Amino acid sequence: MDLFNAFIQILDSTIRLSVPLLLACLAGLYSERAGIFDIGLEGKMLVGAFAGAAAASVFHSALLGLGMAILISVAFAMIHGFASITHRGNQIVSGVAINFIAAGSTIMLGQHWFQQGGRTPALAPGERFGAITWPGADALRDVPILGPIYAELISGHSILVYIAFLMVPFTWWVLFRTRFGLRLRAVGENPAAVDTAGISVAWLRYRALICTGVLTGIAGAYLSMVQNGGFVKDMTAGKGYIALAALIFAKWKPVNAMFACLLFGFLDALSIRLQGTPLPVIGKVPVQFMQALPYVLTVILLAGFIGKAIPPRAGGVPYVKER
Amino acid sequence: MAQAAIELIGINKSFGAVRANRDINLEIVRGTIHGIVGENGAGKSTLMSILYGFYQADSGEIRVGGKPASIKTPNDAIALGIGMVHQHFMLVDNFTVLENVILGAESDALLTKSIAKARSELERLEREYGLEVDPDAIIEELPVGLQQRVEILKALYRGAEILILDEPTGVLTPAEADHLFRILKQLKEQGKTVVLITHKLREIMAITDTVSVMRQGTMVATRETRKTTVEELAELMVGRRVLLRVEKGEAEAGGVKLAVKNLTVKDSRGVTMVDDISFDIRAGEIVGIAGVAGNGQSELLEAISGIRRAVSGSVMLDGKPIDLTGAADPGELRDRGLAHVPEDRHHVGLVLAFEENENSILGYHDDPRYLKGPFLDIDAIRNDARDKITKYDIRPADCRLKTANFSGGNQQKIVLAREMEQDPGVLIVGQPTRGVDVGAIEFIHKRLIAMRDQGKAVLVVSVELDEIRSLSDRILVMFAGRIVGERGPEATEGELGLLMAGVEQREAAE
Amino acid sequence: MSTPYAKLPAWADYGLIPVINLAVAFVVAGFVVMLVGENPFRAAVILVEGAFGKGQGIAFTLFYATTFIFSGLSVAVAAHCGLFNIGGEGQGYIAGLGIGIVCLAFDSVLPWWLTFPIAIIAAAAMGALWALIPAYLQAKRGSHIVITTIMFNFIAASVMVYALVGFLKPPSSMAPQTRTFLDGAQLPKLNWVIELFGAKIRSAPLNISFLLALVMAFLVWLLIWRTRLGYEMRTYGHSPKAARYAGISETRIIIIAMMISGALAGMMALNPTMGDQHNVALDFVSGAGFVGIAVALMGRLHPVGIVLAAILFGMLYQGGAELAFEMPAISRDMIVIIQGLVILFAGALEHMFRPYVQALFASISPRSVGIEAAKGKGA
Repeated sequence: MDLFNAFIQILDSTIRLSVPLLLACLAGLYSERAGIFDIGLEGKMLVGAFAGAAAASVFHSALLGLGMAILISVAFAMIHGFASITHRGNQIVSGVAINFIAAGSTIMLGQHWFQQGGRTPALAPGERFGAITWPGADALRDVPILGPIYAELISGHSILVYIAFLMVPFTWWVLFRTRFGLRLRAVGENPAAVDTAGISVAWLRYRALICTGVLTGIAGAYLSMVQNGGFVKDMTAGKGYIALAALIFAKWKPVNAMFACLLFGFLDALSIRLQGTPLPVIGKVPVQFMQALPYVLTVILLAGFIGKAIPPRAGGVPYVKER
Repeated sequence: MAQAAIELIGINKSFGAVRANRDINLEIVRGTIHGIVGENGAGKSTLMSILYGFYQADSGEIRVGGKPASIKTPNDAIALGIGMVHQHFMLVDNFTVLENVILGAESDALLTKSIAKARSELERLEREYGLEVDPDAIIEELPVGLQQRVEILKALYRGAEILILDEPTGVLTPAEADHLFRILKQLKEQGKTVVLITHKLREIMAITDTVSVMRQGTMVATRETRKTTVEELAELMVGRRVLLRVEKGEAEAGGVKLAVKNLTVKDSRGVTMVDDISFDIRAGEIVGIAGVAGNGQSELLEAISGIRRAVSGSVMLDGKPIDLTGAADPGELRDRGLAHVPEDRHHVGLVLAFEENENSILGYHDDPRYLKGPFLDIDAIRNDARDKITKYDIRPADCRLKTANFSGGNQQKIVLAREMEQDPGVLIVGQPTRGVDVGAIEFIHKRLIAMRDQGKAVLVVSVELDEIRSLSDRILVMFAGRIVGERGPEATEGELGLLMAGVEQREAAE
Repeated sequence: MSTPYAKLPAWADYGLIPVINLAVAFVVAGFVVMLVGENPFRAAVILVEGAFGKGQGIAFTLFYATTFIFSGLSVAVAAHCGLFNIGGEGQGYIAGLGIGIVCLAFDSVLPWWLTFPIAIIAAAAMGALWALIPAYLQAKRGSHIVITTIMFNFIAASVMVYALVGFLKPPSSMAPQTRTFLDGAQLPKLNWVIELFGAKIRSAPLNISFLLALVMAFLVWLLIWRTRLGYEMRTYGHSPKAARYAGISETRIIIIAMMISGALAGMMALNPTMGDQHNVALDFVSGAGFVGIAVALMGRLHPVGIVLAAILFGMLYQGGAELAFEMPAISRDMIVIIQGLVILFAGALEHMFRPYVQALFASISPRSVGIEAAKGKGA
């Protein structure tokens, strides 16, 4: 039973650690499906986290914080759009630039506004998104097996966690069941076909990037307003890149994305759990190995040893009308 | 007086320093098939793109159905009942036919409803015009002819009354082209207006009611088709009487230089594109390979030149085997005297961002003449480039100029100079004059014949039947990856056309 | 046929446009300075004076520039072969492992001028090795090199923590860094060169690896524009199909270009370790690999441009340190923002001002943009 409880706890932290990855991964899915590579997920999450925590602590409102996180993150997505859609710049270069600007400006402004070494003030309970306890969770806690699953895994998360997981079917529905989704997928495969059909390629791609910005904003808000009670400098710590890895791992499909993020979240949870504890047979696993595992797995996937990842055909290429 | 569907008045359009359209006036009568002919680069496609809202004219007026129209985007054109079938199909390859048809013309924000509506509409169009196609098929799994049909359906679904087709037969077999013409005639009978852009005069004569000729961005003439001739149109197109046949003597074929036996090549998707082909080329002859684009000619060229690995087969060069299925690479073949002028000079034969002199050694950059140890011998390379510029009359005569700044004809001369001046035993040439101006065509054809007369073995692949017929001493026809017939240079266009369509496949197999 | 971004005189293309882009980046940075309540003009003066005002500042500027020359060259070599090596950070970091082992092994037995070449080889080899796997996967498996090199940055970080904590640090120490190198692995300073010009330097870390960086810049120029290998790399970089046609092996050229790029990235580790701190510590690369992207873009992938851009960024780092000292509202993170802005305006938005510059040139002198010929023809 101890082992079962430990397992439940690992799964619980898996969910918590997967959420920012999942949101960022779905964010990347919108832009990459529309043909815009985005390695600036990291930066957009970071500004989202900062703006969210800053606004929440100033206005004493979690909702305003979330709104500000989304707003600023979308603004950064628009910079990416301005460079890579309007001016047909190199999308990777633009993404790198955004990550730099995000890393520098969050600390600068944080220090200027709050004078706490780049942190934002610790958020009070009302300024964060608290856990939602589902009906009967406490009563059912003692029921064997199902009780802990209901009380720990399903109940007791913040609203953003449920939003993240609801985003998976929603994204699938948008992509494959709506006019917007059809056009978005088309523009990632053959923008010329979209252009000659009388649809603006640029506006369509901008809208995809708005979706990206909204989701990275929520991801950032989750980091600073749920997982942590405030913004800490560089708090994304590479999660944007892991999300990118997960997106490739998921072959640009929403449901796969969820499983990829859960897998990477699980590895993270496991590495925290196993820190210093020897495993049977293998012995003590260095924590660095566990931390590197998502990246190693992604490289192995990219190498084509676990199926082939075929990106959207027009990805990374600015659209220029042909003569 | 018949009513005009479209009137273009004083249209001008420049791209930077290039004036693509100058003062164009054109009237297209409702319910007719109107042809627009001209050489590559004459400005036909630009004009039609302006009409379709893809580009904006710098000045001029467009009237649709007698009323002045402002066409700023393809949407405006679609709303005015103008539809376009592009030369390169504007389809999303991994979407279904239905998804492609509704893209941009969805009736509802939700796909399920849009698709249901489109399905019944498509059935009606199929019945009315004989445009049959499986609505749930994935585009990339359809043959080219059907993909084009989807493009036409797209336009009709959007309620097109005026249909523009840009070089629609370039990728079709003669049989598919005939089918297309039947469809176009049917559209005309239903009262639609068709604008056909082409550089093939045969098609103009066969199907149009009226024909307009463009040359160097200007509209030079409009004629009733039944009152004009191919000769007159050809002269209008190029501005002087065309030399349809290059002067050449009898071939004095010597020993076999290149022997290809049972060669099979697959493309990157794994589809067999060259299927068990065998042929010889002798010293002192030009062998031409005719065929509709996409029947394996490109893959054949790539395999023989070592760019693409063959699946099986054996090839002898000067009596010695080369392993095209394994180790052979283009460098080794060059060393053994096989030179290759590729079909696609922009991406394969040249690096457009390089200076001219840098391109003049491409592929021969490991020749000791151009090297000092591991270093490039810059002086030797530039002097060599200047020699070739003089000899091949490449303009402008500046070996430091970026290659992208040369015209198509001069770019092709850069490639030809490089390959011919290596004095190869075998020269293989893909599409020798694609996108090349008339003056350069003559020059290139003469050079190829001079190579032959020096006792080289020359293989020419071209989709221009006229070119094949005027250059070749022997003509091989490719269809669906096989050689379906061999003919002499005296073969008629009709005879070759049947072979190209695969009609006499059985006879050739015997 | 003219592209949308057609001709400009070479000096405008390689001089004017980068300067405009840079100026805009700084103007935007100025707004950020205003946002935190400081005067951007005073900030600019402090920055430039801090970097070049005294011998001390110049030495520091060049010290920072040294690292950036290596990382900029690394990005440029890969870029000429059409590859975006975003993994300089990891390649430089992992090179610290090679340097650490060499220095710990030889610093007590060899003089610096023997340890240095061995360390150069070790650093280059480790960097090249770290680039080899992404290169191989790109060449053989088509795995996107941008993604794999990013992944390798993270893997390198884990490996280095493991190595530093596991065996590089002295057993008695808690800090994740090697012991201080002895004289045999300390590079001589170059400050006396600046002192020759009459400036005074208290102590600055400018060292002999600056000269190595300049030599490498020259060798990269030689490689790219004067050797057969460079020709092959550029051919592949512009058109992989043309390279295949020319008989250039894709696998070979990708792997060689990436290994050279990785080796250059590896060499950047020499400057902070043997040249300055005299140890290998956690996170000693601290973003210099990414700065290389900005430097290479700013320098338009040309070694001369890269050296100039590296000095500019060296100035930002050194002047930025002074700035953080003089203006408490501005931290060193301002430099990170400026880098981002430079990457944005000189890289992703490099063509934004080109149409305007072109129009300007066309109105002043039509001949310079090649319009004259067409006018003659049209008349």
